[in-house]
Amino acid sequence: MSFIRRLAGNAPPRILWSLGVLLALLLLAPALLGKYWLSVLILILYFAYVGQAWNILMGFAGQLSLGHALYAGLGGYIAAGLYFHYGIGPWAGLFAAVAVAGVAGAIVGYLGFRFSLAGVYFALLTIAFAEFTRVAFDHWGWAGGSGGLFLKVEHATDIVNLRGGPVLFYYLILALAAGAFILCRALLRSRLGQYWLAIREDAEAAQAVGVPVLRCKMIAIVISAALTSLAGVWNAFYYNNLFPETAFAMGRSIEITLAPIIGGLGTLFGPIVGAVVLTGLGEAFTDLGDVLRIPGIKQIFYGLALLVIVAYRPAGVWPWLADKLGLKERQP
Amino acid sequence: MSGARLDLGGVTKHFRGLRAVHEVSFTVPAGAIHALIGPNGAGKTTIFNMIAGVYAPNGGVVRLDGKAISGLRPDLICDAGVGRTFQLVKPFKGLSVLENVTVGALHRKPRLAEAQESANAILARLGLYDRRHQLAESLTLPDRKRLEVARALATEPKLLLLDEVMAGLRPTEVDVMVGFLRELNQRSGLTILLIEHVMRAVMALAAEVVVVSYGEKIAEGTPQEISRHQAVLDVYLGEQEEL
Repeated sequence: MSFIRRLAGNAPPRILWSLGVLLALLLLAPALLGKYWLSVLILILYFAYVGQAWNILMGFAGQLSLGHALYAGLGGYIAAGLYFHYGIGPWAGLFAAVAVAGVAGAIVGYLGFRFSLAGVYFALLTIAFAEFTRVAFDHWGWAGGSGGLFLKVEHATDIVNLRGGPVLFYYLILALAAGAFILCRALLRSRLGQYWLAIREDAEAAQAVGVPVLRCKMIAIVISAALTSLAGVWNAFYYNNLFPETAFAMGRSIEITLAPIIGGLGTLFGPIVGAVVLTGLGEAFTDLGDVLRIPGIKQIFYGLALLVIVAYRPAGVWPWLADKLGLKERQP
Repeated sequence: MSGARLDLGGVTKHFRGLRAVHEVSFTVPAGAIHALIGPNGAGKTTIFNMIAGVYAPNGGVVRLDGKAISGLRPDLICDAGVGRTFQLVKPFKGLSVLENVTVGALHRKPRLAEAQESANAILARLGLYDRRHQLAESLTLPDRKRLEVARALATEPKLLLLDEVMAGLRPTEVDVMVGFLRELNQRSGLTILLIEHVMRAVMALAAEVVVVSYGEKIAEGTPQEISRHQAVLDVYLGEQEEL
């Protein structure tokens, strides 16, 4: 109980009540929603989760990664490969996935942070790692090479091996998204989280007040990579197929960054609000495209919508929305 | 909180052939307030950066209470008990005033609530309490200077390095800051070394003054001695009225 109270901190009661109601509705959603809306909700939760994971590195610690597909891809391939080749279930496989992605994050982080690559130069490093991992997987027989890795589709629900329909994967991604939200809240209220914010604002000044900058950045990238790899495991078992061309794609990396950017970098609700807005827009423009029968119209509208949001709400949708709803956190 | 003694022994720093600081030695006894003055480009801030660990000296040693600290990382030097402000202020712009100081306080008080409590106390003493929820970027320059001091004090230093915290302050504000620093020094015994161009503050605070020019120490003594010192007068010829 005291952990919950500490976590709640100074959050207004209204926000806590709203979160409780939201969680209850989300738990009931599979009973209330049809197949289509459940699939939309799954997408939202997926983007909220990976967005939260990426936001730890960029929004909190201020380090721009444009190669997060690396960690999702590694996670997915490792858990799926272990299951495919040796019958090792994903609940065990995810530990291997997290370990490998964490090590990959540590390598990228050490090279970048130890040698003080900042901003776009660090971003280029992250892209480079994702790219040559993609090329390596294209040629790696164990992982199926460029032909891909396929898991057998089974409809009977088997929680031990994560085989089953959308409802199973809905609850899994809901648990991940809720867990990541709580973890990020706890991190932000810890010394480490405050140190990250200080590094994001001014690393030199942070170090002068005793912040071990390199260590804090390393922790940020390892946690971010590890969480992202879990999204990869989920992805692999939900979609049952993996290709290097998509798993490690630049587009995959960009897609991970969009929800927190649109929702509000460095905020807890940003990735969630961003995921709702983006998925909502995506679905709406898909429908519009079907009605208008103009090829490519979805992408054009989607791009324009992002442009408008970034132009008018550069700090993201959430800070503006929180202000409108009067949900600013009380300060001690 | 009590003060620590600072010793610089023959400290030297070169930047690719440029001799920024050459064999500078001086001592600030525990609990004393000393000033470091000199014309622009004399190497004052470079000396600060060597004490605070931004640069490792090319020669010589910096000691805090007899323990060599030169060459350590800035966060470890903070750990050893050195707090510093930046001449060009470096607030955490996107964070509130309270959060800025809390980050400093977290160094000795790892729990957020306790760190916030001690940050609030420091803000109250520096007259920033009413602005604690404002973003640091919204502060005026004098307030940013105060924030620098507050954030450094939050780390509970034994030696405080102040790099031109009076610059840009009005005379009445200078007097307030002088009063605050003197009280702080008397109450806690904190050792203070300040770089300052505002002579009004130097005269009021410093027991001794070290003068540097072109990277070398040219004089050392009480403010009265320094103001009569011929080498110092020569260096400051164009700025005599300020002395």
